Amino acid sequence: MSVLNKLFSKGAGPIKDGGMWMPMSPNDDGKMESKGYLFIEFETVEAAIAAVKNLDGHKMSKSHQLSVNKFTDVEKYGKMSDEYVEPKTTDFQAKEHIKGWLADDQARDQFVMYRGEDVSVFWNRKSEDPEHVHTRNNWTETYVQWSPLGSYLSTFHTQGIALWGGPSWNQIVRFVHPGVKLIDFSPNERYLVTWSNEPIQPSKFPADSPNPFSEYDEGNQVVIWDVKTGALLRSFPSVEENSTKSVQWPMFKWSQSEKYFARVVPKQQLSIYEAPSMGLLDKKSIKIPGIMDFEWSPGRGQDDAKLVQKEQDTLAYWTPEVGNQPARVTLMSVPNKEIIRTKNLFNVNDCKLFWQSKGYYLAVKVDRHTKTKKSQFSNIEIFNLCEKGVPVETLEIKDPVIALAWEPRGERFATITSSDPNYTSQTAGAQQQQTTIKTVLSLYALDHASKAHQNGFAPFKIFDKKTCNYLFWSPKGRHLVTATLRNSSVFDLEFWDLDFEPLNTNSSNDGGKSATAATQVQLLTTKEHYGVSDIEWDPTGRYVVSGSSMWRQSGDYGFILWDFKGQMLFKQNIDKFKQLLWRPRPHSLLTQDMKKKIKKNLRQYAKQFEEEDLAAGDANAAKLIAARRKAIEDWYGWRKATERRVTQERADLGKEIVKNADEGKSEVIEEWVEEVIEESEEIVE
Amino acid sequence: MRPILLQGHTRSLTQIKYNREGDLLFTVSKDKVCNAWYSHNGERLGTYNGHVGSVWTVDVNSASTLLVTGSADNTCKLWEVQTGKCLKTWEFKTAVKRVAFSEDDSMVLCVTEERMGFAGTITVLPVNPDVNAEQSSKPVMELVNQKGQSKAVVADWSYLDKYIISGHEDGSLCQWDWKNNKKLNTVKAHDGLISDLQMSPDRSYCITSSKDKVAKIFDIETLEEKKCFVTDTPLNSATLTPKFQEFVIVGGGQEAMDVTTTSARAGKFESRFYHKILEEEVGRVRGHFGPINTLAVHPDGKSYSSGGEDGYIRVHHFDPEYFTFKMEI
Repeated sequence: MSVLNKLFSKGAGPIKDGGMWMPMSPNDDGKMESKGYLFIEFETVEAAIAAVKNLDGHKMSKSHQLSVNKFTDVEKYGKMSDEYVEPKTTDFQAKEHIKGWLADDQARDQFVMYRGEDVSVFWNRKSEDPEHVHTRNNWTETYVQWSPLGSYLSTFHTQGIALWGGPSWNQIVRFVHPGVKLIDFSPNERYLVTWSNEPIQPSKFPADSPNPFSEYDEGNQVVIWDVKTGALLRSFPSVEENSTKSVQWPMFKWSQSEKYFARVVPKQQLSIYEAPSMGLLDKKSIKIPGIMDFEWSPGRGQDDAKLVQKEQDTLAYWTPEVGNQPARVTLMSVPNKEIIRTKNLFNVNDCKLFWQSKGYYLAVKVDRHTKTKKSQFSNIEIFNLCEKGVPVETLEIKDPVIALAWEPRGERFATITSSDPNYTSQTAGAQQQQTTIKTVLSLYALDHASKAHQNGFAPFKIFDKKTCNYLFWSPKGRHLVTATLRNSSVFDLEFWDLDFEPLNTNSSNDGGKSATAATQVQLLTTKEHYGVSDIEWDPTGRYVVSGSSMWRQSGDYGFILWDFKGQMLFKQNIDKFKQLLWRPRPHSLLTQDMKKKIKKNLRQYAKQFEEEDLAAGDANAAKLIAARRKAIEDWYGWRKATERRVTQERADLGKEIVKNADEGKSEVIEEWVEEVIEESEEIVE
Repeated sequence: MRPILLQGHTRSLTQIKYNREGDLLFTVSKDKVCNAWYSHNGERLGTYNGHVGSVWTVDVNSASTLLVTGSADNTCKLWEVQTGKCLKTWEFKTAVKRVAFSEDDSMVLCVTEERMGFAGTITVLPVNPDVNAEQSSKPVMELVNQKGQSKAVVADWSYLDKYIISGHEDGSLCQWDWKNNKKLNTVKAHDGLISDLQMSPDRSYCITSSKDKVAKIFDIETLEEKKCFVTDTPLNSATLTPKFQEFVIVGGGQEAMDVTTTSARAGKFESRFYHKILEEEVGRVRGHFGPINTLAVHPDGKSYSSGGEDGYIRVHHFDPEYFTFKMEI
């Protein structure tokens, strides 16, 4: 008995006092022998579950095997009827069209706004109040996030994530992951990665709540799910040494085709997995000592003729100085793991990788220090993936680069650099900057003019004496917004057009030279938004929202809606405003030819839209005016009734208000007082 | 409009009041004095000295002959406006937070504080309009705050002195039949302390401001809420503009201890103008360096004044554009 006691206490958990009972019965010889089974009552439910899990099938000796079952299970199976009952077929329930919002006849965009405890979805109505679609109180516990193609809205809860969508905003699917804090979608919304700071403990789930986890997931913190079915695909442990260090998110990065995803174990290895099998590519990770970070190329070699790499996906990673090896940036193709290109770098502090939106170029911002380590400056290494051999061009910038971004769909990029001594990379992310730093905005493009050597990137326009610290390209390119965010004394937004065509171009006078890239850059306007902390372009590039969130600072909360030219359309101050996110759109289904045709016929479409706008505008204005008229009528009606009543009461009491005879007349009397200050007499000879 | 800055007080302002004709502006402050100014040019007429504690409140009778002030020194004083002589001092058990002349100038109500075991009261005292006459010490009526009820912080007379309307610390508004010491009606007007109560020119409706960032208009007879103005800052005062425009002016600002940034803009020390009927904001006037504590509008509707925590009074005469402004209807 003591053997069994020890076995069960160790393997499962504490046993209740006197909880073990082995029924004995006399055998043929008269001696008391065990019947071969015993009953155990544990202290806790978890211990009982653990007993079944761990000890069922345990071999006591060579010939004896222990079988452990929960008492409730025994009861359940004993009571089962012998008749076969056919399981009911559930009727097919048609799911709602989750992309329904795209069919809006006014082609409006939606956005979600989180203010106070409410999360609401609205249609954008430009200069009027946004049209309300749906609100839920306490819809999320921390924040909300859209999926990359806009199909789902994800909300956070202590038990896990919920995805909502469709015209009625029902819950589409739910993922149980206690304590989830961060999520990431794969580019085509097929997979969802969730991270929780609490390691998974399957045994902690109560018996009747949905528990997707098995013993294989014990202790893991990252889970990958299939979005459409809600099934758990695989869970991974976190690789940080101590949980206090901030997690690098997104931890798993997806290739554009969703065929591969990978993560870095900092300083050790790169693990590439295949989807949907969730297995390591070639069954092992790639050992790269010192590896710090990596990025997949967004290019699709198969569809794009310009890219040299055709069948493979490409990723880029960088390693700092390790031993004798200098720091380097490496391009690798997947799945053949062939190294396409490397570039050695010296005196490196940090690197950041920026792919151009089609994967044609990779810009690497290298923060370097001088030999004395006293000052910082930057290099930008540009890898050209359209040329054979992937040539690399180096741009030396004498000041550290604060921000760098490629123009979406274009081949230009913009940088913000600063020579201000007040700038340190730590303050860049801080909540509210008190010191305003001086920055320089530079725009780069391929320099086609120089015929002497190969095409390279050169700054075609530089603007200094700026204070902006963030820049945002429009998703369609061409337009740029630079902003001074999270600063209490400067709060400018600048709207730029990089392909501005002035109305009075007299190209004949230029002697045949067309407008250069430099002359086409135009600062459209500068606007102010007190306390601005976030900028969001809508997915079509027509509107910009500048928001002042209570998460980031104290002060005027709310948002302003601008059009892409910088004209203010709508402003609203909202107490407890937290975040506003545009709903992303999926990729366009139109072919290039169709797009060209639409652009050609734009004038015809424009006429039609203008008429619609006018009609809508009138309707809204009429509604507003009607409401105002009614309010005024009601007020004066009430006032008249009250006045009548009061005058009647006054008359009854004999206390009419007697207007004084001189009411309204005022007399202004000005008096000049002359005072003799000094009198002196002077006799002139 | 270029405001006239009146620098006559050394501590923050507590209340300002125009007389009936509007040519005089009376201001009281925590610096224990009451000042009288000519409102058209800001020239100081004189000072009424005598209180030994912060002066919380002031009111003037319609003839502009008598002035009454209430102070933290537990007294309420009656002054002769022209000479500055203190005609009568009424003693109370606690500080006097609000005084108001009745519509016929025959009485004055005093709202006293609740402290040290003494319940808060609204006391009605008789006033003899003759400056040389002896003033009575015996109150006409005392409306004592019941235990457990929230104390009154502001009060005023209705038309014909029919009712006394009081605003309380918990945000409720009460209507009293003061002659019979009966509370007729109570409504939960606000979620926070009611900071100010001002009557319309004919005393048939009033506007209340509150720390819950909202100002509301109530009908005196029914205590029905007629209008609501939502802002994003706790309000200290609200007033109605007579004649030319149907506006409401509200002012407030974060408490000194809550202001964490030094930017004046961040403190929201602005008086805001709302269209009274349409409840929409029409404009803001900046200038104060501290929260706005009190607002008053000239009876002819051509100017208004604001007193702030910074000790300044700003007198604004409206520009011609103010009078021609029209909301789109």
